[in-house]
Amino acid sequence: MSSLTPPTPASASVTDASALRVARLLLPIVVLAVGTLGWELVVRLNNIPPYVLPGPLAVLRTLVADWPVLSQSLLTTLLTTLEGFIAATVGGIGLALLFNQSKWLEYSLFPYAVILQVTPVIAIAPLLLIYLPQQTAVIVCAWIVGFFPVLSNTTLGLNSVDRNLAGLFQLYGASRMQTLRLLKLPSALPYILGGLRIAGGLSLIGAVVAEIAAGTAGAGSGLAYRIAESGYRLNIPRMFAALLLLSVAGIVIYGLLALVSHLVLRRWHESALGKEN
Amino acid sequence: MAEPASLSDTDDPAIAGLAVSLRGVTKVYDNGVVALGPLELSVRKGEFAALLGPSGCGKSTALRLIAGLAAPTSGTVHLSHRRGETRPARTIGFVFQEPTLMPWTSVKENVRLPLTLARAPAAEADARVNEALARVGLSEFADSYPRELSGGMKMRVSLARALVTDPDILLMDEPFAALDEITRFRLNNDLLALWRNLKKTVVFVTHSVFESVYLSQRVIVMTSRPGRIGAEIPIDAPEPRGEDFRTSAEYAQLCRKVSAALAPSYSGRSAL
Repeated sequence: MSSLTPPTPASASVTDASALRVARLLLPIVVLAVGTLGWELVVRLNNIPPYVLPGPLAVLRTLVADWPVLSQSLLTTLLTTLEGFIAATVGGIGLALLFNQSKWLEYSLFPYAVILQVTPVIAIAPLLLIYLPQQTAVIVCAWIVGFFPVLSNTTLGLNSVDRNLAGLFQLYGASRMQTLRLLKLPSALPYILGGLRIAGGLSLIGAVVAEIAAGTAGAGSGLAYRIAESGYRLNIPRMFAALLLLSVAGIVIYGLLALVSHLVLRRWHESALGKEN
Repeated sequence: MAEPASLSDTDDPAIAGLAVSLRGVTKVYDNGVVALGPLELSVRKGEFAALLGPSGCGKSTALRLIAGLAAPTSGTVHLSHRRGETRPARTIGFVFQEPTLMPWTSVKENVRLPLTLARAPAAEADARVNEALARVGLSEFADSYPRELSGGMKMRVSLARALVTDPDILLMDEPFAALDEITRFRLNNDLLALWRNLKKTVVFVTHSVFESVYLSQRVIVMTSRPGRIGAEIPIDAPEPRGEDFRTSAEYAQLCRKVSAALAPSYSGRSAL
């Protein structure tokens, strides 16, 4: 029988897999390089002035030259994002826990959480700026955008407890707190972490939206404010530099949260396990 | 959910010596489907009883009623419990159809769960967990995670967890149904050895004629919806049973007898 089996192309499939992995890393970098080069060429060949479209080199030069101003703004925006994210995490998980303990509370409040979510935050921001001190308004904006995914994911997670495990806890006379701590929260953890990953990026968006709304009203020093301000002054290279920083900040936030999620779940959850398992 | 009605009147001659006693128990679901009964069921202390029936006949429901995981619509469920203990729950160990382990924590912590929930002292809990793991032969896997184990090993963990409180009654809901035959035979033998050593009352739900005859002292055959007891067949084969019994003519004959008793429950009501 064994002589009939064709030789397994094990080595071939292994090289295929590693080639795929390299391609996955390399291809986006190649696209970036080609895109940047094309951009630079278009700007140079057409003699486009920097106040219309700066080339990538000009943007990088501005980033270095304006670093003292831009880094200060980056710090401000990141701080706002962090505060909004923490508020979203605490608010989202807290509300979900309350909803889980009391159906009445859930029925009463959940529709308003949805309304808060579906109303565009850019339309709420100017109102918030009227009634709240500016810094608070910005954080509230970041919170409004960020808390809903945490709330809905945590709710989903708390309701996804294995029925038999729940029966087991009941059989052994677990208290409400024990069930929450030892069963519901660990069951919900992958969902919560997924919600946090979305909330991280959304908090940044919320902060930026609020800064732009606030920026037009006057004081402010975040990155979004820098973009608005540079626009009025036709300092286009600085607009691009600030935008670049915002993108990088978003990528880093997402990456950090994905890493945390992986580290927490790697021993047991399907999402964090390698394919060979 | 209602707790199993506890038995304070162990002197009642009708139920003395019984570990489990169901009298006129019925279960009607919210949608009006009569799942069970009326059911009369007695299991003696130390007996190994098998509940056998086609899927959907309500045998799992009966087990959940005994465990107190569901309340009967009518009738009474009596469980014996140790003198001085008010909660009957700790005298029950339950093994589900699936291993039902917490994937986020180690084997050790999974087995420890009933003791953690009862707030048992740490030193005592450690000793009991080690003992239970040793009984099912998994001592060296204490720090593994459930996903690192095979199906049979997960079931052993589940069994260790049920044993860790040293319950009087072990309720098992088709625990080996999802395993391959070789693993199932091994676990059958291990379970019989545990039962002989520990002298527990076992109520074992299964849909396998062969498994019910091999394991139990009495096969209780249930009919289809609504689940009732169709026949009771004592299995008085000698102990200890092993592979010799599994291949004996006596075993084959008993299996035939049980199959015959099971046949009406496939034809009658369910065909409508």
